[in-house]
Amino acid sequence: MIAFAELLERLTLTPGRLAKIALLRRFFETEPDPDRGIGLAALTGELAFAAAKPSLIRALAESRTDPVLFAWSYDYVGDLAETVALMWPERRVNAPPPLLAEVVESLAVTPKAELPSLVSGWLDASPVPVRLAILKLITGTLRVGASVRLAKIALAELSGGTIEADDIEEVWHGLAPPYGELFAWLEGRGPKPDPADAPVFRPPMLAHPLEAADLAALEFERYVAEWKWDGIRVQLVSTPGGRRLYSRGADDISATFPEVIEHMRFDAVLDGELLVLRDGIVAPFADLQQRLNRKSPTAKMMSDYPVRVRLYDILFDEGEDLRPLPFDARRERLQHFMEREKPDGMDLSEIIVSPDLPALSELRDGARAASIEGLMLKRRDSPYLPGRPKGMWWKWKRDPLNVDAVLMYAQRGHGKRSSFYSDYTFGLWCTTETGADELVPVGKAYSGFTDQELVQLDRWIRNNTVKRFGPVREVEHDPQHGIVLEIAFDAAQRSTRHKSGVAMRFPRVGRLRLDKKPEDADRLETLIDLIF
Amino acid sequence: MPHPDTWLTVRPEGLWCEPGQFFVDPVEAVGRAVITHAHADHARPGHGAVLASAETLEIMDVRMGEGRSGQAQRALSYGEHLRLGEVDLWLQPAGHVLGSAQVAMEYRGSRAVVSGDYKRVPDPTCLPFEPIACDVFVTEATFGLPVFRHPDPAGEVRRLLDSVRLFPARTHVVGCYALGKCQRLIVLLRQAGWDGPLYLHGALLAVCQAYERLGVPLGDLRPATASRKDELAGAIVLAPPSAIADRWARRLADPVVCLASGWMRVRQRAKAKGVELPLVISDHCDWSELCRTMEDVDAPEIWVTHGREEALIHQAELQGRIGRPLRLIGYGDEDQEEVAEGAPLSPAVAAADPAA
Repeated sequence: MIAFAELLERLTLTPGRLAKIALLRRFFETEPDPDRGIGLAALTGELAFAAAKPSLIRALAESRTDPVLFAWSYDYVGDLAETVALMWPERRVNAPPPLLAEVVESLAVTPKAELPSLVSGWLDASPVPVRLAILKLITGTLRVGASVRLAKIALAELSGGTIEADDIEEVWHGLAPPYGELFAWLEGRGPKPDPADAPVFRPPMLAHPLEAADLAALEFERYVAEWKWDGIRVQLVSTPGGRRLYSRGADDISATFPEVIEHMRFDAVLDGELLVLRDGIVAPFADLQQRLNRKSPTAKMMSDYPVRVRLYDILFDEGEDLRPLPFDARRERLQHFMEREKPDGMDLSEIIVSPDLPALSELRDGARAASIEGLMLKRRDSPYLPGRPKGMWWKWKRDPLNVDAVLMYAQRGHGKRSSFYSDYTFGLWCTTETGADELVPVGKAYSGFTDQELVQLDRWIRNNTVKRFGPVREVEHDPQHGIVLEIAFDAAQRSTRHKSGVAMRFPRVGRLRLDKKPEDADRLETLIDLIF
Repeated sequence: MPHPDTWLTVRPEGLWCEPGQFFVDPVEAVGRAVITHAHADHARPGHGAVLASAETLEIMDVRMGEGRSGQAQRALSYGEHLRLGEVDLWLQPAGHVLGSAQVAMEYRGSRAVVSGDYKRVPDPTCLPFEPIACDVFVTEATFGLPVFRHPDPAGEVRRLLDSVRLFPARTHVVGCYALGKCQRLIVLLRQAGWDGPLYLHGALLAVCQAYERLGVPLGDLRPATASRKDELAGAIVLAPPSAIADRWARRLADPVVCLASGWMRVRQRAKAKGVELPLVISDHCDWSELCRTMEDVDAPEIWVTHGREEALIHQAELQGRIGRPLRLIGYGDEDQEEVAEGAPLSPAVAAADPAA
């Protein structure tokens, strides 16, 4: 359990992707079975213990600590499990810390009444990081900031280059902890696990952004176009072994959208976009966000935010792997599938017919609905390939919207950017009740600038700070002094969460407007006018 | 027998000993000062007369400039008694940093001990704390909450070296303050078998040289500033906490940001500072050391100078003692010190000295 606890702590604090992979890889390489497999399950959220709850931890703390000191400590640390892990008064016991597998197995089978003595025995025998890991396991709040995908990349590295993360993806959802079969395959000691009928996730095919240079070389007649909807990309997997709804990143989101699962009364694997739709109109992404935030929805949420799946592609039909077929043929199979199954809550993504590229370009620019991000161009002969194969699918986002905003606050970034002020809060002018003009913050941007602009902004921020709030600096922003940023964004939406009443979709820095003074920046009304 | 609260009182300048006519660790320049240790929040420049251990006086010279601690300096060895007015005074090791001392004072049979900052775990760079039985024990409470229990520092250094092995192409930059923590970390690394060069931020060099002069060998130390980026891949660089995640660190190869401090016990503190590898190494007592020390000196009354005094006072009461906050202002409890890039600490800057 010591190695697992150390891994958790480092994953929590490590910003770098490669560093996280290295940490995970070493854990999988050096820990014995079944501990490494149990660790993998814990990291990927496959473990849950019904009988062990936060109230147990609180009760344990009360039994061993002074209530006044506990209250002050909890107040200081702010996290229950961490407070207890840190202040637990050890009784010296002649036992090593428990093994991870032992903890997980015991938690699953121990009756509720015996848990307090079991857990306090472990806490007595463990150093602080192990105590914290045990308590976080119990409360189901590991939250290490390492995605399941990173774990799979690290696992693939165990094979010495013969197995890809995508290969693991294809069998992943047919496996169960402690993954002995998986490790045997990765280490060349066993065959590839056969998922049989299990509803496993298939790595999705992704598109490249279409740049001006690509556009010039594009052979238009070899492509078809579809709208690029602003929802979330999903994969619907329904096999004799079960039904699952997966996000693009292989997260199982079945429980969040039970109505979709309900409608999957077929044997197929489909690719589509999950959208909130009312009377045939696609709602802004913020509406879908309401649903995504809930692990399982209430009946009211389901009727307030009704979801539909707009289907793009078909990967399997009644067990037949259609992925090697060209796009045109798959599209035909998808249409047949729709006629045959007529699934509720699903429709077909429209194929846009357009005589030529200029006409299509006009269509793209005309599409200002908040729910459309632009166009997808798919080569008619493209098989369904995992990842982002070059030259097959393009995403052609419509030109962004722009406002000129004033930099108000800056915060340092993370990882490589930790020494730079790279997170910018910007504002627009509005008139207050008293009739005075003031800047109201409307959003935050973290990207879009060049390295050189970053250095320039960083220096300016350090030299023009007027106030500090912990890691945040407020910078000069009066009508005459300040920095104007051209902010590019995909859409503006109403928001009750923001003071300004507007939320921007994917705001980024378009360029620095050093030629402008803050008084020349846009007003809030300009942004509100851009809400569709 | 006069109660210490009749002859040891709090004034705006600091703790005042009336019958001896001196302050202990005053926060501004005074006529006569007894200094427990050379951290800038306890040792201010410009006094009339200064009394401290020889090591503390030398380090004050290094940090403030020769002779700037006071017009007259008097070194006192540990255990050597001195009569000041009607007060018998002596210094006893505090185990905090090199030269750190507790100030013991006896007046007409009543004894008070001012610990200054102290710790109880062994530190290879200074003498260990020696408890003195007394009527009033004046203690710090920087880590005065039961959540602070420092692990074995050797284990923390092993975690650092393990990370260096796992990421051989990255520079491990360890934030540690210039006096005490830095040198202790260096010796701990040497004891753990790291014989190679250690690279230092410019602000750390002068005190390291002083330690070496005072008989604490530190091995192969090199200025990080003069080194090339590729030379620093796989290296360990020590720097003041304020420099590790700021502009200065941009010269390092894909740095792993580490910070050696007792505050690193709390994960959110590490996260907020952007620390990737927290090392829980402190020059202050943790909670159990504070509690144990109150029992060791067995004083009926405990006065708490700075830190989380309410919890320690509560604990003193649980032990059947009287606890009292002194609310001395001006003593730091942060490990953040603002340091100009590559520059040695100037007295003005050092005033923001840490104490973690």
